[in-house]
Amino acid sequence: MAERAEPVLPVRTGWPLLAVLRRMAAMPLRDPFAFTGLLIYVLFVLVALFADQLAPTDPLEILFTKAGKLAANVPPSLDFPLGTTNLGRDIYAQLVHGTRSALAVGLSAAIIVAIVGTVVGLVAGYFGGMVDAVLMRIADMALSLPFLPFVIVLTGFLGASTSNIVLAVALLLWPNSARVIRSQVLTLRERAYVEAARVTGASSWRILFVHIAPNILPLSFVYAAIAIGWAIITEASVSFLGFGDSESVSWGYMLQDAFSSQALSRGQYAWFVPPGVCIILVVVAGFFISRGYEEVFMPRLRGR
Amino acid sequence: MKLVLERFTHNALALLAVTTILFFMFRLMPGTPLAAFINENLNADQQQAMLEQFGLDRPMWQQYFIYLGNLVQGEFGLSFFQRRPVLDILLEVLPNSLILTLASLIIAYIFGVLAGAWLAWKRGSWIERVAVPAVLATRAAPEFWIGMVLLALLSFNAGWFPSGGASSPGLAYTNNWQRIASWDYLHHLALPVLTLALYLQGLPLLLMRSNMLEVMHEEFVTMARMKGFSEWRIVINHAARNALLPVVTAFALGVGLSMGGNVVIETVFSWPGIGRLLVQAVSVHDYPLAQGAFLMIALVLALMNFVADLLYMVLDPRVSHGRKG
Repeated sequence: MAERAEPVLPVRTGWPLLAVLRRMAAMPLRDPFAFTGLLIYVLFVLVALFADQLAPTDPLEILFTKAGKLAANVPPSLDFPLGTTNLGRDIYAQLVHGTRSALAVGLSAAIIVAIVGTVVGLVAGYFGGMVDAVLMRIADMALSLPFLPFVIVLTGFLGASTSNIVLAVALLLWPNSARVIRSQVLTLRERAYVEAARVTGASSWRILFVHIAPNILPLSFVYAAIAIGWAIITEASVSFLGFGDSESVSWGYMLQDAFSSQALSRGQYAWFVPPGVCIILVVVAGFFISRGYEEVFMPRLRGR
Repeated sequence: MKLVLERFTHNALALLAVTTILFFMFRLMPGTPLAAFINENLNADQQQAMLEQFGLDRPMWQQYFIYLGNLVQGEFGLSFFQRRPVLDILLEVLPNSLILTLASLIIAYIFGVLAGAWLAWKRGSWIERVAVPAVLATRAAPEFWIGMVLLALLSFNAGWFPSGGASSPGLAYTNNWQRIASWDYLHHLALPVLTLALYLQGLPLLLMRSNMLEVMHEEFVTMARMKGFSEWRIVINHAARNALLPVVTAFALGVGLSMGGNVVIETVFSWPGIGRLLVQAVSVHDYPLAQGAFLMIALVLALMNFVADLLYMVLDPRVSHGRKG
């Protein structure tokens, strides 16, 4: 849908970095959706930080009942809020500790996507010409790769590790943000204040990073928020297909474990519903936040 | 016509780029390309046959052109595990994937377009406040998780649908078409289609809704209103028609995109399609089969991108006229 909405920032003159940051920080207070999204993020970050306190049990420890028998498939109780797996592991502990791996995957992919997309978009849009043509052809190439199959082939052959999944996601997602940021830079570089900076003898890089970059920061942020969700869903899908990191307990690992141990036919909803709901919450939070920023910083979309 | 050719070249080049990336991806892996799948079970003759099959004794650029030449002739090599031509295996499962994708997309788009138009009409009501976040949630959910929940509820719990596969064991058919047209096949198809449709309907729904809201403020709608047409007639005849344009394009794109996403749905339901084939091939390091399945998915994606470009030109004359001038 990149070709449909070409958002235009409402800036006649450029905003300095601090002013943009202040406006970005104030935005969630104005938009209830964005506020909800931010609240969800904060909640999950707190859970990830205090995972050891919230769920002291080791998520992979095999538990036994007081009678000394394997605590397999125990229904939810006070001891095990979500019950146990078929191997006697605490599902609640897995869910809480899975937050860490979800946020690690999501944030690292988002940071790479935001940085690469922003730098490529800035350079391609500002310098134009051959640089632009080459960078945009590379972006086209990355966009014509089928998403999930590419991630599977890459992790399947390079090795199933979290960092390879993040790498694959970042390789495929940066072009979206680069394209939109590029088109934004194309309009920004013609503005009078940029011309003024050029006349006063500012170097290209100074204009690019001091005068133009702060104004596209909200856009980078929008794409970062979306990338968090994509990365988490992709990690879950790849884990589900059996190419995930066997070392880490993630929500995708839980779903794969539940699926392959016939939790579905036993109706152990407490095992496989909560991880899915957590994924939905994080992804929806990203939608809400990006929507909020789009409405505040690209008001052409407002009111739809 | 010139524009058609331009779009065709663009998409063909993109496909060429994908095949090139794939070629180098497999060859720049650590170790030789053969290391991934040669094991002790293969004798020296078989190893030699593999080396010849890929021409691995020649320089890289020669290998690349041999590879491209083979692809153009539909020569994908032999599967290591099934010991059959990759193309045969691909063509065997491709109909299953296409049927799954098209059936889901058609249902999703019919529902999405109608519900989206209706929600635009209900703007500001409590229905909208509940429905829009609910639709967003279906877009945010992992596809395979929707499948798991439906499988647990409708198959294992209620027993309405089979839990996987495309045919019940023990049934024999004289040909593939008879099998696909059978009640048994449709019964197996229902749950995967429902899952995929539920996942896919969000995009056309939200797209249709926002387009409708936009179109409703256009002058020709105001004009129709001034002529005294009924509200419903305005929605159907004037607004919906114009709001539909981007949705049609999204449909064509959706065929290509969801072919890639089918990987997980087909695995959840053990649906014998191209996505599941890819997963199996990668997990047993069946290199020619994995490469073939990946290229087939990429081919469908490129083809559908081209169709979307064409549709866009046909449906929105501004695109072709604007560029000509």
